[in-house]
Amino acid sequence: METPILRIDHLTVRYGNTCEYCRNGGALNKNTCPHCKTVWACNDVNVQLYEGEILGIVGESGSGKSTLMKSLYFDFDITEGQGYLQAYKNGQEDIFAQSLQQKKYIRNHIMGMVYQNPMLGLRMDYSSAGNIAEKLIAAGQRNFGAMNDRVAELLDAVEILQSRKKEPPKNFSGGMQQRVQISKALANNPAVLLLDEVTTGLDLSVQVKVLELIREIRQKFNVSMMLVSHDLAVIRMLADRTIVMLDGKIIEQGLTDQILDDPQQPYTQQLVHSLL
Amino acid sequence: MIDTKHYNFAFLDEGSKREIRRSILKAVAIPGYQVPFGSRELPIGRGWGTGGIQITLSIIGKEDVLKVIDQGSDESVNAVNIKKMVEECTGVEITTDSEKATIIQSRHRIPEIPMRNDQILVLQVPTPEPLRIVEPKESVTKQMHAEAEYSGMWLSLFEDLTLYDKISISSEYPTMVENRYIMNPSPIPRYDNRKLNDSETLYLFGAGREKKIYAIPPHTKVESLFFDDVPFETENFEGKSCRLCGATGVFLDEIVDEATGEKVYECNDTGFCKGRRDRQHGNTNFKN
Ligand SMILES: Nc1ncnc2c1ncn2[C@@H]1O[C@H](COP(=O)(O)OP(=O)(O)OP(=O)(O)O)[C@@H](O)[C@H]1O
Ligand SMILES: [Mg+2]
Ligand SMILES: [Zn+2]
Repeated sequence: METPILRIDHLTVRYGNTCEYCRNGGALNKNTCPHCKTVWACNDVNVQLYEGEILGIVGESGSGKSTLMKSLYFDFDITEGQGYLQAYKNGQEDIFAQSLQQKKYIRNHIMGMVYQNPMLGLRMDYSSAGNIAEKLIAAGQRNFGAMNDRVAELLDAVEILQSRKKEPPKNFSGGMQQRVQISKALANNPAVLLLDEVTTGLDLSVQVKVLELIREIRQKFNVSMMLVSHDLAVIRMLADRTIVMLDGKIIEQGLTDQILDDPQQPYTQQLVHSLL
Repeated sequence: MIDTKHYNFAFLDEGSKREIRRSILKAVAIPGYQVPFGSRELPIGRGWGTGGIQITLSIIGKEDVLKVIDQGSDESVNAVNIKKMVEECTGVEITTDSEKATIIQSRHRIPEIPMRNDQILVLQVPTPEPLRIVEPKESVTKQMHAEAEYSGMWLSLFEDLTLYDKISISSEYPTMVENRYIMNPSPIPRYDNRKLNDSETLYLFGAGREKKIYAIPPHTKVESLFFDDVPFETENFEGKSCRLCGATGVFLDEIVDEATGEKVYECNDTGFCKGRRDRQHGNTNFKN
């Protein structure tokens, strides 16, 4: 069996102090303990990501999709679980147990993140070039000319005209802002690209272009992706495999066609049919 | 009038001085790190050099000789007021001669004549936090220093080069201290930044309003931030000289001659300029 480039074991992210009841596996109300109100945003999540694949993540609002993505980008501390990256010490060390400096290294060299909300991923008042360069600077680059050249390459890759590199993202349309985020996320040739609802809220025609861009990028940058979306059409178009999340848990996973054409779990069946 | 009958030597009570000295010691021990201190009330408004004055008052002794300069000038209203205050509450000798002074308190300049290891330069700082231009929140900038997370600062330099093809910061040009802390050198011109590096003297920085003290002990590595391919540049006075004393290779003020409308230059460091002129005249007299 092929070794995954990323493996997440038993990831749990909780908000709250827990109580006897929920610690012992008592039934939750959705993701929340009825007694102590602790939110189990991710609850014993296990994921494998393989080289070159796009892994789709679907699930209703609040099911824990963004929590999973942000955990992997170290946006906050997880409660329990382990993660292993082939690109980091050959997958021998738990990435969640590393020092802050090591986590920064992983974040800047191995991972790329595109947030659903561009405000989280971009400095709206800085130039687009600066936004992309930030990632290069964070990885320790200090050569202005070299960074400038790399920014030019990345702008080309996401089809933004060089003539607009001095403009701040706040002047850009939603689709262009996502392109800037994507080029920033790709700046250091990450092994894993995390895409959280990249096309949500964009016009349909713009969505299609961004999705095509993602497909091209997978080829060009040889990067594996985790792609969160509400939209099953997006998942069908891009994802090789798909996991279905509900109330902080993975309830079903498999090849995307299998999941969408022949779902096994009642919840997935309902999800697929309601959207057909 | 501050008379010694009603006030302690150097105005502050001994407890306050000791506390400030403790903060200074900590600052010296961690070059470039901003140490919080309990800023005292003084008979001078905050923002008029009270950080520097408190440092001066807590380190000054009866034998010290004090010089105070403001933007290079010994005679500005602010410099004169500070001198008057310290003189009244300590009785120490006041001078305009950099070489004679044991403590120099300054704002916006480091004297032209290299300072010695038996001297201390106290610099007044309005906004001590170099990262303030990239992050408004104190709790966040503190965290950034703790983690040496300086991408934001570098990004702001990158941004300048992208938008204006040059780094536009003219004073308070950020420095890296011992490869660890980014430090605001206070509003000195870029020209003076290099004087901080591997210097003979102790530099103490005081911010009264923001209640911070920091320090550069002698022989500390202080580098102005630069990119590998874009070197740090200072103000350039090549081919220009002081019209009063003829000095070159110093920081000059540009003045428009009222009579001719021409641009002329004068030493910014007035004490240095006067010293040169006195010596020149002395020489002339001697020849006669
Ligand atoms: N800081 C927090 N404190 C308490 N609960 C939180 C916090 N952050 C997230 N949650 C909860 O965690 C759960 C999972 O949230 P998450 O953002 O991961 O959902 P999602 O699947 O991305 O939803 P959406 O599709 O709406 O983006 C939700 O119930 C949310 O309310
Ligand atoms: Mg989400
Ligand atoms: Zn509980």
